[in-house]
Amino acid sequence: MKLKFEVGDEDFSLAGRASSELKGVLKRLGIGPDLVRRASIAMYEGEINMVIHAGGGVAEAEIEADRVVLTLIDAGPGIPDLSLAMTEGWSTAPDRFRELGFGAGMGLPNMRRNCDEFDIESEVGKGTSVRMVIRL
Amino acid sequence: MTVRRMTEILEARIASGEDQMDLEVSAACGADLMSDVMAFVKEKVVLLTGLVNPQAIRTADLMDIRVVVLVRGKSPTEDIVAMARENGMVLLSTKYSMFLACGRLYEAGLRGGGIREIA
Ligand SMILES: Nc1ncnc2c1ncn2[C@@H]1O[C@H](COP(=O)(O)OP(=O)(O)O)[C@@H](O)[C@H]1O
Ligand SMILES: [Mg+2]
Repeated sequence: MKLKFEVGDEDFSLAGRASSELKGVLKRLGIGPDLVRRASIAMYEGEINMVIHAGGGVAEAEIEADRVVLTLIDAGPGIPDLSLAMTEGWSTAPDRFRELGFGAGMGLPNMRRNCDEFDIESEVGKGTSVRMVIRL
Repeated sequence: MTVRRMTEILEARIASGEDQMDLEVSAACGADLMSDVMAFVKEKVVLLTGLVNPQAIRTADLMDIRVVVLVRGKSPTEDIVAMARENGMVLLSTKYSMFLACGRLYEAGLRGGGIREIA
């Protein structure tokens, strides 16, 4: 099964729709709460990043018999230093997002922690793509 | 501790979840940054937060958090109450600050379990 979501940049309060929907689908499929939570967190942080840092993008979830593959692709500004970006607490988020509860610099580390496989590719001026696998 | 007891200790107003006053809670977490909640909370806990927006409820729902307390006397807006109701969540609001709300619950025996160890 494949789910596809357009993640916009206009309305921050809509961010999280993809993860909510994904959570619902996984729950209905009878997948254990821990795995559902991990997949939902990874997706949510990814969505939020696309909204805050990249002006939106596309989120996909492929649900297979033994794994969930999450892909997030955007055409935003890209990330100049990936290892810095992966550091807990490092963030370039504008203050207005911090007031909304985001921008703690924990998103990418949270994503990596919750996945069995985590790949990120980014090119400055082109965009960022993240692929995450959670084994069921 | 039951949600009812928690409501008494915090002198809280109940915005959603009146039917769940007998729900047992054993651990709590206080945070205004939702990524911190997602980074450190492991098990079902009570979330105390000063963040009054849909993201707080969304984050709680994704984390399977059933009880959210808004601190510092912040009243939830209608859309937030509706979201909490839709998710079957308990939503409380207390006049106490984050520090005092956490302190009162701690004093009454609630602890910080359910949190990932910080390296
Ligand atoms: N999709 C993205 N496009 C551009 N930059 C990104 C993207 N995702 C993350 N970043 C960069 O990596 C940093 C760290 O990301 P993250 O760990 O999620 O923390 P936060 O989002 O709280 O800043 C961000 O502050 C930003 O500079
Ligand atoms: Mg982030």
